[in-house]
Amino acid sequence: MTGYVFRRFLQSIVVLLLVTIIMFVMFHLLPGNPAKAELGPKTNPATVAAFDRLNGFNRPVWYQFWVYLDHLAHGNLGFSYVQNASVGLLFAQRFPKTILLLGLATIVAIAVAIPLGILQAVRRNKFDDYMLTGTSFVLYSFPTFWLGIVLIEIFSISLHILPPTAPEGTSVGAILSDWQGMILPVMTLALVSIAAYSRYMRSAMIDSLAQDYIRTAKAKGLSQKAILFRHALRNSLIPMATLIGLSIPAVLSGAVITESVFNYPGVGLLFVQAADSEDFSVLLGLTLVAAIGVIIGNLVADIGYAVLDPRIRY
Amino acid sequence: MADVIRPPEEGVQALEEQEFYPAGAPAAALGPLAMDGDLSERFEGGEAHTTGSPLRLTLQTFVENKVAIAGMAILVLLVLFCFVGPHIYVTNQKTVNPAFSNYPPSGAHPLGTDNEGFDVLGRLMVAGQSSIEIGLAAGLCAAIFGTLYGAASAVAGGAVDNVMMRIVDALYSLPALFLLILLSAIFSPNLPLMILVLSFIAWLGPARLVRGEALSLRTREYVQAVKVAGGTQTRIVMRHIVPNAIGTIMVNTSFLIADAILALAALSYLGLGLPDTTPTWGGMLSNGTNVIYDGYWWQLYPAGIAIVLTVVAFNFIGDALRDSLDVRLQRR
Repeated sequence: MTGYVFRRFLQSIVVLLLVTIIMFVMFHLLPGNPAKAELGPKTNPATVAAFDRLNGFNRPVWYQFWVYLDHLAHGNLGFSYVQNASVGLLFAQRFPKTILLLGLATIVAIAVAIPLGILQAVRRNKFDDYMLTGTSFVLYSFPTFWLGIVLIEIFSISLHILPPTAPEGTSVGAILSDWQGMILPVMTLALVSIAAYSRYMRSAMIDSLAQDYIRTAKAKGLSQKAILFRHALRNSLIPMATLIGLSIPAVLSGAVITESVFNYPGVGLLFVQAADSEDFSVLLGLTLVAAIGVIIGNLVADIGYAVLDPRIRY
Repeated sequence: MADVIRPPEEGVQALEEQEFYPAGAPAAALGPLAMDGDLSERFEGGEAHTTGSPLRLTLQTFVENKVAIAGMAILVLLVLFCFVGPHIYVTNQKTVNPAFSNYPPSGAHPLGTDNEGFDVLGRLMVAGQSSIEIGLAAGLCAAIFGTLYGAASAVAGGAVDNVMMRIVDALYSLPALFLLILLSAIFSPNLPLMILVLSFIAWLGPARLVRGEALSLRTREYVQAVKVAGGTQTRIVMRHIVPNAIGTIMVNTSFLIADAILALAALSYLGLGLPDTTPTWGGMLSNGTNVIYDGYWWQLYPAGIAIVLTVVAFNFIGDALRDSLDVRLQRR
């Protein structure tokens, strides 16, 4: 087990290193050169030369990469010339809001998806299972941004019961005090996750219900409730726990879309705005942070699986 | 027993029969898959007569699947709508006409007109053409490149395989939408470049899947035989691994197409898609969202429903294909 965790950890570090290489290559793929990308197309050669000297772009590539890694190791994600602030600072300002949105949406999604999945597994291949499966299939095929806009159209414009934009407060507290504005963004993100999570829950539950120990439990004369919740559910929750770690990339992508639909001032909106203003330092810095999040998510999911399920030994 | 297609009930019986064969039974006795050999040669040999070939069996179960029929039906209708429709329902989709902008649905314009005076129904057809074409092209490109990459990685083995797959791991840890937005911002793509960008984020899945298949395929006797006979690695990949992994690839490709259509729509919404000269469903939605507060709902729903239908159709087809492959595997 310790060996497995250690190996898995090493593997993650290798992947992380490769990601930094990819980001470094992308930075050099920018149209023109980094100086032009940062300073705009109209800079004069002297400014470019000064910029290159200042940032070490006149040095050999391997040296530049080393400096890049060194900066990253010190938490320096780059500097946004468009916003005149360090990417790290911009990220730190927005991050708590994104975590709030993602956290709420994930909690709602799990709270709905697990009972739904159990229901579908128990009523397998009956009418309600077909209906729910069909609904989640269609939801799964929805473009996230369109889902958000349709929700706005229905709940804000037609029914006038919820505000169409997210709270614009600068702190988490201010956002929470304007909780009505959070309902639609959380609902949008949660609906997409529910569609995926409930499918997994359904098949995990069906797998569990087909096990020998369930038959044994039935033979012992246990009640249906005890079989479902004490024996089947606990084992079905193991794949669900890892699924949450593995769904980080999907959830992050969903956050980008949802935040721009509802104008929610989180990291995703920052990212989209950076793409509009061609602020490549922010784009590259945030992509790297997202990748680190995904790598950690995968690591936690893999190790979590080994910890939660004592039958698995590496 | 290998050469007859059985209805599902008899398939179970066939499965039971197999258990009587000892572990070292001749390959021919173990049913269609064990003697699969070189699929591409069977294609050339006239697929109509080789009843019981894995492909035939797969297609058979696919056609019997209701979900598959539904998916195919939706897709055929959509393709007719987008590609034949504009010849029947002729509209002007070239010149902007502000005098006709934002008309609600009426007899002359069944789905109204948009902000620039284009007929929404007509635009839905034209935009569908590019949306479906780009999705198909990106999905296919990704599948082809991913397949070759995965197969090459598995056949090469050892350190090369390790490095190639770590690259895939690294790219996989960049969330697709982030990478997509980043690449679009860097390249501001035109149509061919957009297809490349979309396939660049999509080839990782097939690469992993095909490598997994190829790892097991390369240890089979017939691949070993090719090696012994002095066949090149290219030959092993192209003539043996790819044809045998074709089922997995087909399933995956239909999901890739669905994802590419969604990704393109998301990009268009964020303002990073193709210029308005190439109308797409995502572009229509993007324009439609600007006017929802004016109550112009007819600009918001049609394109969205078209996207959902298309994606559902490709997902249905993928799901049904996977099911029919499973059935094929069960009958082995």
